[in-house]
Amino acid sequence: MSELITLFVTSVLINNVVLNQFLGMCPFMGVSKKRSSAIGMGLAVIFVIVVAALITYAIYYWILVPLNLQYMDLIAFILVIASLVQLTEMFIKKTSPALYKSLGVYLPLITTNCVVLNVCLVNISNSYDFAHMLVYSIGTPIGFALVLYIFSTIRERLDIANVPNPLKGNPIAMIVAAIMAMAFSGFAGIV
Amino acid sequence: MNRFENFKAGLIKDNPVFGLYLGICSTLAITTTVNNAIGMGAAVIMVLVLSNMIISAIRKIVPDDIRIPVFIVIIATLVKIIQMLIEAYAPALNTSLGVFIPLIVVNCIILGRAEAFASKHGVLDSALDGIGMGLGYTVAVIAMSFIREVLSTGILNIVNPFNDAQVWLNVTLIPADYTIPLFNSPVGAFITFALLAAALSAYKTHADKKAEAKAKEVK
Repeated sequence: MSELITLFVTSVLINNVVLNQFLGMCPFMGVSKKRSSAIGMGLAVIFVIVVAALITYAIYYWILVPLNLQYMDLIAFILVIASLVQLTEMFIKKTSPALYKSLGVYLPLITTNCVVLNVCLVNISNSYDFAHMLVYSIGTPIGFALVLYIFSTIRERLDIANVPNPLKGNPIAMIVAAIMAMAFSGFAGIV
Repeated sequence: MNRFENFKAGLIKDNPVFGLYLGICSTLAITTTVNNAIGMGAAVIMVLVLSNMIISAIRKIVPDDIRIPVFIVIIATLVKIIQMLIEAYAPALNTSLGVFIPLIVVNCIILGRAEAFASKHGVLDSALDGIGMGLGYTVAVIAMSFIREVLSTGILNIVNPFNDAQVWLNVTLIPADYTIPLFNSPVGAFITFALLAAALSAYKTHADKKAEAKAKEVK
């Protein structure tokens, strides 16, 4: 049990996907300008990653391994992710048009969010058992959502700050990310 | 001439990494050593050129509604082929690049070029575009990894990717007492990226102003 808690804390804070592994940089830069869209994106990513991890895990061990087709993992996984994102999009559109509107274009873009594919691949390459897989697949996107939210609150303040011209926009955001990474490296001592 | 201009723009002004902010994830992650950067650059160029050529060749028979899934499957297949080749012939590179080789599938540069260029242009143009954009990416990662490796270890070390033991270049540029290990960490990656992107943006504004002044003079 304590091992699972360690894995959870590691995947949320210490080995944070964005600040430590540099994954999901595109939505991190793109969707972080407003707090509300950061929250929506964070929740959508958590949902997609958990479901995608469960499905790809099942596909790998129930279909690809018995058939000796392990080398097809990448192609099978990306197809699952693409169709899952499409499905989520259709589902949200039907059940909650308001949420659909607020997420806008960012919903289909989850397909090319490297965090999703990375979680599916790491589950397999680290040969996690079911419990570890579940904890890792929940912890990683929570870490993503957390950092995205913190980053978006800083960026809202950054809009009114006086920044040197060449640094305006993304470069200053990168420097903010650097300082956040520095702060998060302090968590390394926890476990 | 036009083709050459396109090619040149991809290298500096419209550099896919520092200008258009595509493929940032892998740029930040694998630029700890120049060796990794060269390997990653080569892999991206190969995937990009092949995917651009295949997609532009089949662009007329792919229905518009399902083009993205089709593109992604083609790219995933190519990446898997390259990954297996790297695993077989350059195992050391495979270990150090790790999960970032399969993650080329979701590298925005590749799908972006497929969607924006290859699905609208001929095979030869698409191949050239792939080479230009791929080189732009490679130049960006090599520049970044050079800064990071030299500042953090003081040593520039390049080995033959197919044979670990064969060292091509190993020079000490900064004595070990004066290195800044921070640049090897994520913090250094973000800072290096920010400063290079800011430098490119400053250069662009400067070039635009110069062109404007020239246009005024002509008037």
